[in-house]
Amino acid sequence: MSNTLLELSTLRKEFGAVVAVDDVSLKVGDGEFVTFLGPSGSGKTTTLMMVAGFQKATSGSMTLGGQPLDPLPPYKRDIGMVFQHYALFPHMTVLKNVAFPLEMRKIATAEIARRVDEVLKLVGLPDHGERYPKQLSGGQQQRVALARAMVFEPRLLLMDEPLGALDKNLREHMQIEIMRLHRDLGITVLYVTHDQEEALVMSDRIVVFNEGGIEQVGTPDELYENPGTRFVAGFIGETNFVNGRISSVSKHMAQLDGPAVLRGRISEGLNSGTAASIAVRPERMRISLPEEKAPPGANTVTGHVTDIVYLGRSRNYIARLNDGSEMTVLVQANVHGLEAVGVGAEVQLSWRPEDSKILAAG
Amino acid sequence: MTMWTWIRVMVCALVVIYMLVPLAIVLIISFSSAPFLTFPPPGLSLQWYDKFFSDPAWVRSLLVSLQVMVPTAIMATVCGTAAALGLSRSAFRGAALINGILMAPLVVPVIITAAAMFGVFRVWGLYGTLPGLVLAHTILTIPYVLSTVGASVQLVDRRLEDAAANLGARPWTTFRRVTLPLIFPAVLSGLLFSMVISFDELIVSLFISTPTVRPVTVQMWSNIRGDTDPTIAAIATLLFLFSLAALLTEALARRKSGQPDVL
Amino acid sequence: MLARMKADRFMLLIAPAVGLILIAFAYPVFWLLLRSFSDPVWGLHNYGTALGSFIYLKVLWNTVSIAGSTTALCLLLGYPMAYSMVHSAALVKKLLIFVVLIPFWTSILVRTFAWMILLQPNGIINDMLIGIGLIDAPLDLIFNRTGVLIGMVQILLPFMIFPLFSVMARIDTSYVLAASNLGAPPVKQFFRVYLPLSLPGIVTGSMLVFIISLGYFITPALLGGRTDIMIAQLIEQNISEFGNWGLSSALAIVLLVGTGLMFGIVHKVFKVGPDVRTT
Repeated sequence: MSNTLLELSTLRKEFGAVVAVDDVSLKVGDGEFVTFLGPSGSGKTTTLMMVAGFQKATSGSMTLGGQPLDPLPPYKRDIGMVFQHYALFPHMTVLKNVAFPLEMRKIATAEIARRVDEVLKLVGLPDHGERYPKQLSGGQQQRVALARAMVFEPRLLLMDEPLGALDKNLREHMQIEIMRLHRDLGITVLYVTHDQEEALVMSDRIVVFNEGGIEQVGTPDELYENPGTRFVAGFIGETNFVNGRISSVSKHMAQLDGPAVLRGRISEGLNSGTAASIAVRPERMRISLPEEKAPPGANTVTGHVTDIVYLGRSRNYIARLNDGSEMTVLVQANVHGLEAVGVGAEVQLSWRPEDSKILAAG
Repeated sequence: MTMWTWIRVMVCALVVIYMLVPLAIVLIISFSSAPFLTFPPPGLSLQWYDKFFSDPAWVRSLLVSLQVMVPTAIMATVCGTAAALGLSRSAFRGAALINGILMAPLVVPVIITAAAMFGVFRVWGLYGTLPGLVLAHTILTIPYVLSTVGASVQLVDRRLEDAAANLGARPWTTFRRVTLPLIFPAVLSGLLFSMVISFDELIVSLFISTPTVRPVTVQMWSNIRGDTDPTIAAIATLLFLFSLAALLTEALARRKSGQPDVL
Repeated sequence: MLARMKADRFMLLIAPAVGLILIAFAYPVFWLLLRSFSDPVWGLHNYGTALGSFIYLKVLWNTVSIAGSTTALCLLLGYPMAYSMVHSAALVKKLLIFVVLIPFWTSILVRTFAWMILLQPNGIINDMLIGIGLIDAPLDLIFNRTGVLIGMVQILLPFMIFPLFSVMARIDTSYVLAASNLGAPPVKQFFRVYLPLSLPGIVTGSMLVFIISLGYFITPALLGGRTDIMIAQLIEQNISEFGNWGLSSALAIVLLVGTGLMFGIVHKVFKVGPDVRTT
């Protein structure tokens, strides 16, 4: 990580008896794209609002570029923000909206015109300056909001679920555009979303929030491949969990007694004898008829198929194990030899121990 | 059409006639050329308007009404708008109670307000004075401004104010550049409604005015019971046209700002 | 998520309005309340007179019965009107709203004056009726209950129509279609489905008209008979003609409490704000 731009230290926010944000500490590097990911009510938006200055922290502190942020009112923070539903001023044209932050900074008229022009070109709306927000489509409003948040060259750009109101195609398109702007301008972005796919696509690092606190921080592939908690494994991507008890622990691997004896990588701090779950992704698993031999050393469990879900380029086989737990196996369309496996068929599920992780029981 | 639909259409036609015809007749009579009240008028003339504007008592009372209306509308609009902003932007527990107090003059029957003000204003030396009338009318019109502007402030997206602050606007700038333009049509409505209400007000004025300081409605009241002289139709028409103008201005302002009509 | 407003700024914004209302409205009404107990001597005798003597009870009864008749007539005329406003083409709808709104914003004095011209023995209505030979002698249309009701219903009709309109506009027509689909004939569709759904509008409108009628002064004073008076006229008479502050205060408090109770009931049961124009 390069130089730290934003630092949050044991930030805490209480609303009456409710702890909305519980001792959040985080460093964001200059130029980084960091995403706050979590379900609604997990504290991610409240944390963002404290950074913007709309909420006052109950305790803890923040610095931006080494300077304390807490005493500054929102209008002196110099932090750009793209609001949920954009919050464009309905009574001002696009030009006026984008010029607003520059006017507040008492920049000369000619310079304002030049910079507004430039930023509208950057977001691909050079000819829409005279329109009012309600005359624009959702995607165009989104770009104006982005232009308005960037035009004054803030050190930090906050985005609060900015793509939530757009349909799927447009959202994917805007994701790419925002990533391009981030890369080209080198601006630091703090992005809030509850959409894990969006977080995986866009972020340098993801901060997973749960119940007011940070659950795990890491790059997208770290979080996906190596979730630290059951919550993270379940929230990011699809995951099968099988419950059991840890029977032995070696260096990085452990053995879990569940419906079968299963091996997997172990997360820190778990000891032999504790109740735990083994997590494995559906696409890492193999499904076969019981008489077929599994590769040596693989984890295997048996069960019977309850549903087959056709997804076009793949199929999901849902199987119930003998202990009642359900597992989903994703099979690509180009895999053959499963024609005999129908609903009700006895099957064997297998996966490599390295592809699974043993986590503390939820 | 079924029988029920016929009945419904007939009732509506009746209501339309019932609502509009009396006003239309006053309008027509005010332009009558007859020397007394008769309908239909034998011809048209402006004699009753002429009579109205050449009678010093009528002109003086019209002047009083205007002198009361302007400060009333300004005071009620400023106080009502400020209160609407204060009430909507606070998490204060007593806000509902304060809102209730401010709306009370609308709920309490005006005859009671009139009697109460008459009693107290005499002691305070406000009886029969312009300031007394302005004060009374301001009290009566604040609830209208408060509810009109209050409804509008509720509709303003708070995030717009947050956005302005985030973009570098101080609170006062945020108010001037964002909040005020957005609630302006409602403030204008409040202003126009308070003008109309003050101009039309009779009951309280009847109690707290004297023959020397007498609004035009009170002057009408004292003449109306004697004989129905068409001069009254002339001033009634003026009052009506004033209300109509205010209503149309208000509708126009709403249309222009793209906000929905009253209904 | 604006940071909570500072207490001092809040006080600064509401202080002028609250100050004015407390000083020039709440205090005078309190003063009036006090008068009802203290004028000319302390005690409940004013209430005894107001609620115990036959003439005053008759005025109270007049008031309630005029308010009740006005409400019934407003509902009878207002319901079909509101229904038509909701279920008409856009242009007709606008026109009907305009028809209701224009008189609504016209001075009550002007409208009452119009009825004086129309209803007099030698007024336009009688002239017309005699002219077309329908009657021989002029009808008594003014200075009696008939005149009061004609005037008050016209003035209060918008207070019935607007609540009805706003409730009816929100009734999903698919309910009526569903009733029809389920086999209900039109009359049943109306009485079993539409009418119950519009009930909140009926209740709100009726209560508003009734409450406002209770305190009416101008219209009954100009169109009503000398003996058939309402409570507001009685209050005015007692102050301006007899200077009897104690009795008129007591009557005012009776009216205030009655009105307040009504508002309380409406507000509690139907969650309706006091957003009305009273006179």
